Amino acid sequence: MKKQEAIIEAQNLTVAYGDNVLLKNVNFTVNRGDVFVIMGASGGGKSSLLRVLTGLMPPAEGRILIGGKDFTAADENTKKEIMRHCGILYQGGALFSSMTLAENAALPLQQYTHYSPQAIREIADFKLALTGLAGFGDFYPSEISGGMKKRAGLARALALDPEILYFDEPSAGLDPISSRLLDDLIKDINDITGATIVVVSHELASIFAIGTNAIFLDAETKSITGYGSPQELLKNPPNDKIYEFLTRGAKHVR
Amino acid sequence: MSGLTYHIADNALEIKLEGDCGNFDNPSLAAELYALLSGGKILYLKIDGTSLTGWNAALSALSYGLSAAAERRNIKIETVRLPEDFERMRQLALAVHPHRPDKTVKALSFLERTGAGGLDVFKAVVKGGDFLAECLAALGRWIVGRAVMRRIDFWFALENASYRAVPIVALVSFMVGLILAFVGSIQLRNFGAQIYVASLVSIGMTRIMGAIMAGIIMSGRTGASYAATIGSMQANEEVDALKTMGIPPLDFLVLPRLLSLMITMPFLTILSDFSGIFGGMAVGVFMLGIPFEEYWRYSVDALGLSNFLVGLFHGWVYGIIIALCGCYYGIFSGRNADGVGKATTMAVVSSIVWMIVVTGGLTWFFSVVEI
Repeated sequence: MKKQEAIIEAQNLTVAYGDNVLLKNVNFTVNRGDVFVIMGASGGGKSSLLRVLTGLMPPAEGRILIGGKDFTAADENTKKEIMRHCGILYQGGALFSSMTLAENAALPLQQYTHYSPQAIREIADFKLALTGLAGFGDFYPSEISGGMKKRAGLARALALDPEILYFDEPSAGLDPISSRLLDDLIKDINDITGATIVVVSHELASIFAIGTNAIFLDAETKSITGYGSPQELLKNPPNDKIYEFLTRGAKHVR
Repeated sequence: MSGLTYHIADNALEIKLEGDCGNFDNPSLAAELYALLSGGKILYLKIDGTSLTGWNAALSALSYGLSAAAERRNIKIETVRLPEDFERMRQLALAVHPHRPDKTVKALSFLERTGAGGLDVFKAVVKGGDFLAECLAALGRWIVGRAVMRRIDFWFALENASYRAVPIVALVSFMVGLILAFVGSIQLRNFGAQIYVASLVSIGMTRIMGAIMAGIIMSGRTGASYAATIGSMQANEEVDALKTMGIPPLDFLVLPRLLSLMITMPFLTILSDFSGIFGGMAVGVFMLGIPFEEYWRYSVDALGLSNFLVGLFHGWVYGIIIALCGCYYGIFSGRNADGVGKATTMAVVSSIVWMIVVTGGLTWFFSVVEI
C-alpha cells in the first residue's frame, strides 16, 4: 500500500473571533493527493477554519504545518512562498470586476512568474479552457453567470499549478448540472495534476462524489466529531448528528 | 537536445517536443506556428512527444492553443506518445467547444454614433428629471406623513452630516480664510490699506466662499459616502429587496439623507463663514499687526445681512445637490466593486459641477434682483 504523506497538519488548533470560540483544540491531517472535505452544519466554523488554513486569519491557538513547514509562525515572505503553491476558489469567485477573465487568470502569473506576456495570455486562455471557458477570455465578470464566475475563479486558482487547492462552498448557488460539472472538474484536476484539494461544503451530493477524506465540525462541542471518508462515515457514523447530516435528517436507528 | 522544433512536409505541420522543456517560453516560435496554421496551407497537425521528459505551463498552453487553432480550421490533429498527464490536460481543455462571439452587432457609422450619443444624453436628462420628480414626490409623501422612512435612519444621517463634520469644515474654512487674507494683504499693503483685509475676508466668506467650502467638503465627505453606501446596497440586492417589499427606495434611502443635509448645510455654512473670518483674523492680527478690536470692528461692519443670507441660501441649495447626486449615483450604481467606485467618483464630480453651475445661475439671479 502507498505510504500517505501529510501535506497539511492542524495541531491543537483553536479558531476564535475574540472571545467567541468556534473550534477548540482540533487536530487533523490532510494527505497529499486527498480530496479533503470539511463539512458540518452552518455556523460550525467551516469557513473560519478555511480562513485560518489560508492565512487570512491567525488561529487563536495551535499551529498549521504545510508541507512540513510551520505556516502559523512563518514570516511574511515564507507565508507568501507557501501560498504561491496554493490556489483558492472563493464562494462567489472573487473575480476583479475591472479585469477581463483572462486578465484575472493572468494576475498570479504576472506576480509570480517570468513568462513572456504572450505566454501568460496563452496560459490564462489554457486555464480558462480547462474550466470550460474557452473563448470567454475577453469577457468581464459582470457579463457572465454565477457558475461561470466560479469556473473563472477556479481558472485563476489553477494559474500557478498549485499543489493545494482550497474550495469554499464550490456548489453553493449552482444548478445540479453545473454543480456536477464542477465536481467532475475537481476530480479531474485532482486526478491529473495530483493536487491536494480541500473543500468546505455541506452539499451532500458533492461530498460523496468527490471526497476521499473528511472531517465533521460540530458547533456544539466546537470540535471534530467525525474523521474518515464520507462513505465510511455514513456506513459507521460515530454519532447520530453525523448520520443525520449525511442523510439529510434521517433518524439513526441503532 | 531539448525544446520544440517543427518542419513542414506537404500539407502537414509536424511539431516535435524533446527533452526537458521545463523553461519553455518562445513567443516568436509560437507566433510562427499560429501563422502557419492560419495560413490555409496546413491540413494536418502532428504533435510528437516521444522524447518529451519535462514541460511547463507555457508548453502545455501552447499545445492546447495550437490544437484549438487547428480544430477551428478543421485541420486534422494527431498526437504521438505525449506524456499521459500532458495529453489529459490538453484533452480536458479541448473538451468544451470555445465560445464564439456573437457577430450580429455591427459597428456603427459616425452619424449613427453621434445620434446614439445624443440619444444617450437625452435619456440621461430624462432619467435625472424622473429621479428629481420622484424625490419631490417622496418629499410630498413625507410632508403628508405617508413616506416609509425610519426615524432612526434620519437621526443617523443627521448625526453623520452634522457634528461629525464640524472639525473638517472648521479646519478647512479656517485655512481658506487665512489664505484669502494673506493673498489679499499682499495687494492691499501696496496702498497701505491692510485694514480692508478684514472686510475682504468677511464679505468673501459670508457671501459665497463659506458655502462653497462647506459644499465641497460635504460633497467629498458625505455625498461620496451616500453613493458608496447605497451603491453597495444595490450590489448586495438590498435595493431590489426594498422594491419587492413595496417600499419606495427613495423614501427609505434618499429622504433621510436629503432632509438631514437640507437641515445641516446652512449651519455648516455659518460655521464655515466664521471659521474663515477667524482664519483671516489670525493673519490680520498676528502677521499684519492690526489691533484685534479694529479688525473685529471692520469685519462686523462689512457683514451685511443680505450677504449672510445669500450665503446661507447657497449652502442650503448645495445640501440638496450633494444629497441628490450622492443618492442618484448610488441607486443607479453598477452591481460590483467597480460600479460602486465609479458611482462614488461620479457623485463627487457631478455634485461639485452642479454646485458651480447653480452658483452661476444664482449669482446672475441675485444681481438681477439687486441683492
